[in-house]
Amino acid sequence: MKAIFKREFKNFFITPIGYIFIGFFMLMAAIMFVMNVMEPQIADLSGFFASLSVVLVVLVPILTMRLLAEEKRNKTDQLLFTAPVTMTEIVLGKFFATAAIYGLVLVCTWIFPIIMMIVSEPVVGIMISQYVGFFLLGLVFISIGLYISALTENQIISAIASFGILLVLVLLDSFAANISIPIVANIVSWLSITARFEDFFIGILNPAVIIYYLSITALFVYFTIQTLEKRRFI
Amino acid sequence: MIEVKNLTKRYDGHIAVNDISFKIEKGEIVGFLGPNGAGKSTTMNMLTGYISSTDGSVFIDGFDILESPKEAKSKIGYLPEIPPLYIDMRITEYLNFVYELKNADCGDKKQHIEKIMNITGIMNVKNRLIKNLSKGYKQRVGLAQALIGNPEVLILDEPTVGLDPNQIVEIRNVIKQLGKEHTIILSSHILSEISAVCSRVIIINNGKIIAEDTPENLAKKYGSENKLYVRIDGDENKVNEVMSEISSIESYELSNSGTDILAEVTVKKGIDARKEIAHSLLDADLSLIELREKEVTLEDIFRKLTKRDNSVVKNILETEKAAKEEEKNESDI
Repeated sequence: MKAIFKREFKNFFITPIGYIFIGFFMLMAAIMFVMNVMEPQIADLSGFFASLSVVLVVLVPILTMRLLAEEKRNKTDQLLFTAPVTMTEIVLGKFFATAAIYGLVLVCTWIFPIIMMIVSEPVVGIMISQYVGFFLLGLVFISIGLYISALTENQIISAIASFGILLVLVLLDSFAANISIPIVANIVSWLSITARFEDFFIGILNPAVIIYYLSITALFVYFTIQTLEKRRFI
Repeated sequence: MIEVKNLTKRYDGHIAVNDISFKIEKGEIVGFLGPNGAGKSTTMNMLTGYISSTDGSVFIDGFDILESPKEAKSKIGYLPEIPPLYIDMRITEYLNFVYELKNADCGDKKQHIEKIMNITGIMNVKNRLIKNLSKGYKQRVGLAQALIGNPEVLILDEPTVGLDPNQIVEIRNVIKQLGKEHTIILSSHILSEISAVCSRVIIINNGKIIAEDTPENLAKKYGSENKLYVRIDGDENKVNEVMSEISSIESYELSNSGTDILAEVTVKKGIDARKEIAHSLLDADLSLIELREKEVTLEDIFRKLTKRDNSVVKNILETEKAAKEEEKNESDI
C-alpha cells in the first residue's frame, strides 16, 4: 500500500494534474473569499465553504478521473493485480494519496482564516469545525470519483460521470425544498450530503454526521474494491 | 513448481481455454506455442492471477493462486503481452516502485536493481522517461520489472516482440541464462525462438493442448522422416521415367527451378532409398546435384498441428493414440 500511495502522490506532481488542481482551487478559493468574506465584511467562513463545495464538484473529478481508468487502459493494472498485494491495499493506496493531495490544498487555504484573524476576530472553534466538515465532504467526493474511475477505462467519461453525480448530490438539498410530497422530500433531503453540513457551519462536530460522512466514503471505497475484484471473475 | 489442473476460462458464449492440465518442474524452460488467439495470454493471465479461472486450479510452488494469492504471486515475475509501464516515470523510478510494490527483500535494493538493469541492458538509458523509449527498450524494461525481487517463476508473454534481430538473440541468451536459476514459461508464435530456448514445448490451439514434448521428440513424432530432397540436372521427362521405375519410391513430385529439376520424394517406410536413387539417376546419365533428407522444423509441425481443418491433427492424434496402445500392448506382453 505504501508503494502505491507514494507513486500516486508523486504522480500528481509529475503530471500537471496536481498543479492544475492546487492552482485552480486556490484561485477559486481566493475569489470566493473576496466575494463571501471580504466584500460583505463577515468574519465567518460559512459562505466561503458553501461556494467552495461547488468548486469541489468540478475539481475532484479531475483528481480522480485517471486513478483506475488509466491503469486499465495502459494495462498497468496487470502489474498491480499480479503483485503480491491485495485489491484493498491497491485501492486504499490510491484513495489515501488523493485524500493527501486534497488535504494539502486545504492546508494551503489556511491563508484565508489567517488573514481573517489578522484583520478581525473570528471564532476559531467554528472555523476548525468547518474545515473538518469540508475535509470529510471532500473524502466523500473522492470516494465517489474513485468508484466511477473503476467503472470505465476512459478518463473523460470518468470525469464527466463523476461531475454529473457530484452535482446532483450537491443540488439534492434544493430539490428537496421544491418537492411538495413530504415523504419524498424527506427521503431526498436525507440522501443529501450537503444538508448535514449545517452542523459544521455552526461549529458542532456531531459524531453522527462525522460517522455518516465516513461511512459513505467507506462504502464507495468498498464498492471500488468489489468492482475490481469482480472484473477478474467475468 | 507449477501445476495446472483442468484450467478452463469461459467467456460469454465462447471458451478461451478449455480444460488444460500440465505440470512444470523446477528449472524447466517451457515454451507455450500457438497461433494468435489460441489462448496463450488468457492462460498466462490465469497463471498469474490477473484473471480468475472459470474452472480448475493453478498451483505455484504448492500455493493455490486464488486461495493464497499473496504467497503464490510473490513467487511469480510476469511480463504481460503489453509491458505494464508507467510512461511518465523514469526507468529507475519505475523499478524502485516495482521493488516496493512487490515488497521484495533482496539485500541492497540499489544493487539489486542495478544488477537487473545490467542483465536486461537498460543501464545506459536508466534516467530516461519511459514514454521516450523505443519499443525494444520498453520490452526490456518490462522484462526487468518481471525480474525484480528474484522470483522463482518467470512467466513471459511474447518476450521478444518488437525487438530487432540482434536484440532477439540477446534477450534469448538472457532468458537461457535466467533458466539456470528460474522456472520459466514463455509464449511465442515464433518457432525458432522456442526451439532455441525451451526444453519442452506445449502447443496450444483453440484453447486446448494439442501436443506436449521436447522439440526433438516433436520433430521425430510428427516429422516425415521418409522424405528426400533431390536436385537433378537433366531432362525432366527422363527424370520422370527413371523415378517411376525405382521400387523404393512411394511417390514423388517434380518441379523445375529453371536450371535444375527439384524432386520431393516420399520413400517407402523403413527403407534407405538414397543409394538406389543415386545409382539409377547416374546410370541414366543424369547429373545428381544434391540428395538429402528433408529436415523437419518445428515450423512444419506447428503448421500441421494448427491448420484450420483439424483433420491432420485428428490423424496425428489418432496415430499417436494407436502407437501408445501398441506400446502398452508390447509392455503387457
